[in-house]
Amino acid sequence: MGEPEMQKMLTVSASPHKRTVHTTQGIMLDVILALLPALVLSVILFGPRALVVTLVSVGACVLFEFLSRKAMKRDMTIGDLSAVVTGMLLAFNLPSTIPLWMVVIGDAAAIIVVKQFFGGIGQNFVNPALVGRIVLMMSFPVQMSDYDAPFAWRMGEVDALTSATPLAKFAEIYGADSVKVAINASDLPTLSNMFFGVRGGCLGETCAAALLIGFLYLLVRRVISPAIPLTYIGTVALIMLFAGKGNLTFVAYQVLSGGLLLGAIFMATDYTTSPISLKGKIIFAVGCGVVTALIRIFGSLPEGVSFSILLMNILVPHIEHLTTPKPFGTVKVKKTKKEAAQ
Amino acid sequence: MHSEIIKPKKKVRGGVAVSHEKHTKDMPVKRIAAPETVVLPMRQHIGAPCVPTVKVGDEVKIGQVIGDSEQYVSAPVHASVSGKVTAVKEVKLASGLVSQAVILENDGLQTEYDFEPPTIDTRADFIKAVRASGLVGLGGAGFPTHVKLNVPADKHVDTLIINAAECEPYITVDYRECIDNSWDVFNGVHLLMDMLDVEHVVIAVEDNKPDAIKILERIAEKEDTEDKIKVMPLKSKYPQGAEKMMVLSATGRRVPPGGLPADVGCVVMNVASAAFISRYCKTGKPLTSRSLTVDGSAVVRPQNVRVPIGTEIDYILKACGGFKEEPEKIVCGGPMMGMAIVDTHHPILKSNNALLAFGKDDMSVKKETDCIRCGRCAKACPLSLTPTLIHRFAVARDAKKLEHAGTMVCMECGSCAYSCPAGKPLVQYMRHAKAVLREEAQKNG
Repeated sequence: MGEPEMQKMLTVSASPHKRTVHTTQGIMLDVILALLPALVLSVILFGPRALVVTLVSVGACVLFEFLSRKAMKRDMTIGDLSAVVTGMLLAFNLPSTIPLWMVVIGDAAAIIVVKQFFGGIGQNFVNPALVGRIVLMMSFPVQMSDYDAPFAWRMGEVDALTSATPLAKFAEIYGADSVKVAINASDLPTLSNMFFGVRGGCLGETCAAALLIGFLYLLVRRVISPAIPLTYIGTVALIMLFAGKGNLTFVAYQVLSGGLLLGAIFMATDYTTSPISLKGKIIFAVGCGVVTALIRIFGSLPEGVSFSILLMNILVPHIEHLTTPKPFGTVKVKKTKKEAAQ
Repeated sequence: MHSEIIKPKKKVRGGVAVSHEKHTKDMPVKRIAAPETVVLPMRQHIGAPCVPTVKVGDEVKIGQVIGDSEQYVSAPVHASVSGKVTAVKEVKLASGLVSQAVILENDGLQTEYDFEPPTIDTRADFIKAVRASGLVGLGGAGFPTHVKLNVPADKHVDTLIINAAECEPYITVDYRECIDNSWDVFNGVHLLMDMLDVEHVVIAVEDNKPDAIKILERIAEKEDTEDKIKVMPLKSKYPQGAEKMMVLSATGRRVPPGGLPADVGCVVMNVASAAFISRYCKTGKPLTSRSLTVDGSAVVRPQNVRVPIGTEIDYILKACGGFKEEPEKIVCGGPMMGMAIVDTHHPILKSNNALLAFGKDDMSVKKETDCIRCGRCAKACPLSLTPTLIHRFAVARDAKKLEHAGTMVCMECGSCAYSCPAGKPLVQYMRHAKAVLREEAQKNG
């Protein structure tokens, strides 16, 4: 009061006074870069329409995020790029032939309902892109399983055939007496075609090679830990080893089919909807793997990746509570039965 | 020839790779002219504050006791300049705490009190002498050293750890102590080893200081007939120098929550404290000055200085050439655990080891955004805590979950907040969580 000179105030804040250069935006940008190889391949395989679907989805997600934040009078968050990631992931989970207005409906479900209704980034309890996909699957089952054959876009209308995904063909193999014979009998694409994505499927999920490049990039940039993808894929592989009576070719087909790689690398590793501790991550991923395998073998749906991740998303708080890391220096005191009774 | 170097017994988990910024490492500590007045707070340590033993108008000499306490956990305060007591009043400290302080006007004569080296025959004599020296932990915490040395009879200490890790960025005074006062370090190590009667001495230092490692190796080699003294280079990673981390690296033992190193047979002492003890035992001159690293982007001449305790921060910064740009933030201590101060008219205390002034561009201010649960805070925590979850539990005032998550174990090292991409002030959140837990515990009796 009455200070003769205005003195500049020093900034006072709690320690530490140095911070990392990493930002949420930087992390999301890394995820976008990791998704680019798969986007490029999807355009090569399914044509320019794959790019159109992706761009529409990204645009709609960013727009819905913008409108939601405005309507709720909260800080603008489109700059963190998380809506772009959601848009790309949802598009990657759609067939390239899907009508664009359906894509927008999926985006609305993902961003408005799942993400912003629960408080925005970091608050949603399930993966927004997955719910977007499931909403579309429930609402438009026909369009959602209308997979274009790879390279059909270059052959013109006449030759364009819709292609059944390999997963649909597994049904006959599960019960077969000889898995080897059954595989040979079915007209599954070759394993190398499976690896490079020359098969029917959602636009971003087919090319294993591109997804694995993205995986490596995320590992090198330390955006994700390998725990969830490796455990998830490993669990599915192990169960399919039994289901396929030890046939390794069958295991390879299973791993490369459907959305397993896309789901394990990019969806199950979503920070917000997976556990933080390593132990929690492993339990979560084993759960995803078991449910995926069970749906594939016994379910009426051919694919189980979306539902299994969704189910495990819901269990994350419980997994987290049960796997709280032991704080430094604490010793687990095992209660004897007597003490517990008291 | 046997090696004086040992490897850490256990690796410290987490931590962060902070830029070292040791710009002042080649600058020997320079004494700066004593200021015209010094402010000597009675509360310069953890424990009971001292009571002034002088009154206004008294003439005092350097090293004369001006404040002491009957309490056990306390350490006397000595005059740091010679001159006249002009006031005994309450002052505000850099921490925001208010303390009684004795204010001395320097007569410029630097007359020293008639010190006598302490006679030390027994361990009790030694501990008494350390208390009389006024020594508190020079590494930053300010715990009275004699309390640390007075290990209860029911605890057996077998390992003495000399902490020369200096893992906080910028600070180089401990490094300079190793280089410039290596004889004092050597004598201090031997004195402490004999007095504590330990089987092992581990001198821990981060591997970004190869010169210090070389000198410490020679210290460990010399006159060490039973080969008790070893040097342990540590990977340069913050917070290797934290007490619990030191004990883990040196012995593989884990200090229990709320416990002390003595609970697992260790005494950890800062290298400058060890060197000071040996000097004190030789001369009897108590703790009246200390070394500080003055650095940061806003300081004209970053350097290491030795100043009388109680010197005003403003005076020290001016002695280092003042500011080359307007400081945005001034920190007492290191950038990871130091305290940002409101203004520069606070006295330097015994436990302050650095003074950092940062300009606007060097502030690394981050806008706080929402937590994305990336888990980097949990990964960085050397104590296996999950700060983001603890924050959620604190907001929900869920005492049971806070307890379960180990809230009280947190040592506020700042590794979590450093690594947070969302710019969350997680140390502040952890302090809040501890406060919530304490309140809830009180409520439930």
